Amino acid sequence: MSIKTARRIRLTLSYLVLLSAIAIVVYPILWVIGSSFNPGNTLSSSTIIPENATLTHYKKLFAETDYLIWYWNTLKICFITMVLSVIFIGLTAYAFSRYKFIGRKNGLLLFLILQMIPQFVAILAIYILAYQVGLLDTHFALILVYVGGLIPMNTYLAKNYYDTIPKELDESARIDGAGHFRIFWQIILPLSKPILAVIALFSFISPFADFILASILISSDEKMTLAVGLFNMIKNEFGNSFTLFAAGSVLVAIPIGLLFLSLQRYFISGLTAGGTKG
Amino acid sequence: MTHRKTAALLSIIPGMGQFYNKQFVKGFAFLFLAVCYFIAFLDFLNIGLWGIVTLGTEVPRDHSIFLLVNGVISILVVGIGLAFYYFNLYDAYQNGKKRDNGLELSTLKEQYHNVVDKGFPYLMVGPGFLLLIFVVIFPIIFMLLLAFTNYNLYNSPPAKLVDWVGFKNFIEIFSLDIWRETFVSVFAWTIIWTFTATTLQVAVGIFLAVVLNQKEIKFKGVIRTLLILPWAVPAFVSILIFSGLFNDTFGAINQSILAPLGIDSLPWMTDPFYTKIALIFIQSWLGFPFVMAMTTGVLQSIPGELYEAATVDGASNWDKFRKITLPMILFTTAPILITQYTFNFNNFNVIYLFNNGGPAVADQNAGGTDILISWIYNLTMTSAQYSKAAAVTVLLSLIIVSLALWQFRKTKSFKDEGMI
Repeated sequence: MSIKTARRIRLTLSYLVLLSAIAIVVYPILWVIGSSFNPGNTLSSSTIIPENATLTHYKKLFAETDYLIWYWNTLKICFITMVLSVIFIGLTAYAFSRYKFIGRKNGLLLFLILQMIPQFVAILAIYILAYQVGLLDTHFALILVYVGGLIPMNTYLAKNYYDTIPKELDESARIDGAGHFRIFWQIILPLSKPILAVIALFSFISPFADFILASILISSDEKMTLAVGLFNMIKNEFGNSFTLFAAGSVLVAIPIGLLFLSLQRYFISGLTAGGTKG
Repeated sequence: MTHRKTAALLSIIPGMGQFYNKQFVKGFAFLFLAVCYFIAFLDFLNIGLWGIVTLGTEVPRDHSIFLLVNGVISILVVGIGLAFYYFNLYDAYQNGKKRDNGLELSTLKEQYHNVVDKGFPYLMVGPGFLLLIFVVIFPIIFMLLLAFTNYNLYNSPPAKLVDWVGFKNFIEIFSLDIWRETFVSVFAWTIIWTFTATTLQVAVGIFLAVVLNQKEIKFKGVIRTLLILPWAVPAFVSILIFSGLFNDTFGAINQSILAPLGIDSLPWMTDPFYTKIALIFIQSWLGFPFVMAMTTGVLQSIPGELYEAATVDGASNWDKFRKITLPMILFTTAPILITQYTFNFNNFNVIYLFNNGGPAVADQNAGGTDILISWIYNLTMTSAQYSKAAAVTVLLSLIIVSLALWQFRKTKSFKDEGMI
């Protein structure tokens, strides 16, 4: 067998592998898009290429369900979570990277480990606490829990990134008379934009995926988030409103997917910069 | 008696030692804070600590679980108080020591600068940690305590009081047949699940990255974007879509893919074995793009000379992959790959959203595909076995925490070097 044939076989196999991978990856996505245009309501009538494509489900979604309200709620929660997380994490990581204080060495590690403990039973405690301080069924409670959950891991990533910024920069600024906060604001912050952007994206996207906390802490319909709303849509009568769910999913997946695809380079670089150095 | 001892002793009443050291403003501040603390919290602490010891004595006046929650908060408040108190003693002692050694005490202005300087990191870290105490520490203490009570559906407030029962829950998990068998089978599947699902997603991810990264392959960008889609679509949406696709009677997998091939419908949702296969497939689908993307980054950073040198030495493609590519990938991405395992160990979403841990299995109180975390969820949310769920969580936590400690001990990131 000549080198040329060997190469041709290798390339053909490679393309075959890639094509089948693409088929497997794309099929469910195309199927759900197809389903969302299907005239019927049920799972059985869902096909990948609808025969009489229709927009009924999309119209129904806007007219008969609270879909837009859920969407708005989710965007609001995600946005506030993002802003608060970036502020908290940016400041905390700065202290961890540059200062000596009690708890520096083990504080972050402690929380990273504690966070791995499953929280379902503990949600009871959060529920009762929220009830007692009157925050039950508010977005504020949800946001606080999300922000708290995001702090340890992302602080760790940000700290590792800050550590790569030379300390000589701080020192020369200090000699020039800059205060603690000014050093942070004018030197560290501009240099750490890439990692903060990654953290902002993470914090924006992660509340999207949560439906446990949201379903427990939020009870009224008009405060629900997308994940809970969509889940209820198919949990209650699985199959009977599947196409409606499909339409709802498509409208969630497209913007998030696009946002993600356009920014995925930063995700990867942020993760590898902050994570692999360990 | 030395100044340091006198000052520390006097500071048993906060502020007095500071007065003795003639630091009047600081002394007043300490005294004032202490008085405020007692006025604000005395009643709360009194009831809280009483509540956590007794868990209530009278129905329906006392709600045991609320008392437990308040008790935990009281403990946290006491902890903060003790920290402050310790600082007060420490400060008096240190300044007394300075006087013993004939050193000048700092003036008010210097003290102010000291506070700003030393206090700065605490100021930065403080708000975040306070939030973490309430969102992470407080629930965990609550859960830990709950594991030692008899709180469940039949024994729950406000109709009944909950009591401390010691290690009863833990003993029952291992002594009652139904609990022990469930625990063992769920635990076994959790381990199998973690290893197969994660290893598969890592292997597929690395494999596709390597295949895609060959220099002769065209349209790399398009292919990569398509393959990354599962990562881009929110996971809960994809999992719910899969639960439709795999539906036994109407799902497209049985109807449109297997039927034309002449294969009878497979019981994806009703037979534990097939559900497990489906779950592992779904997790690989969801998880490989992340590994692929990361591996691609590593591949592009491997210098081409390495391969050229290998070619000169007569290495085959397989040799190059085995001796250069794979070690490079594993070496750089190992820490992140490990987190993939811990993630799947606790991967609640895929198990719960796909088939709710089901199908049901006889003789045990967990579904056929429940992993520990989804079992805990069902114990808490559906069957209201709160204290048992807490006990299982404690057992699970012991495993996770010891594994995590072992893993983190190897990282150097937290060593002190070059600090200000």
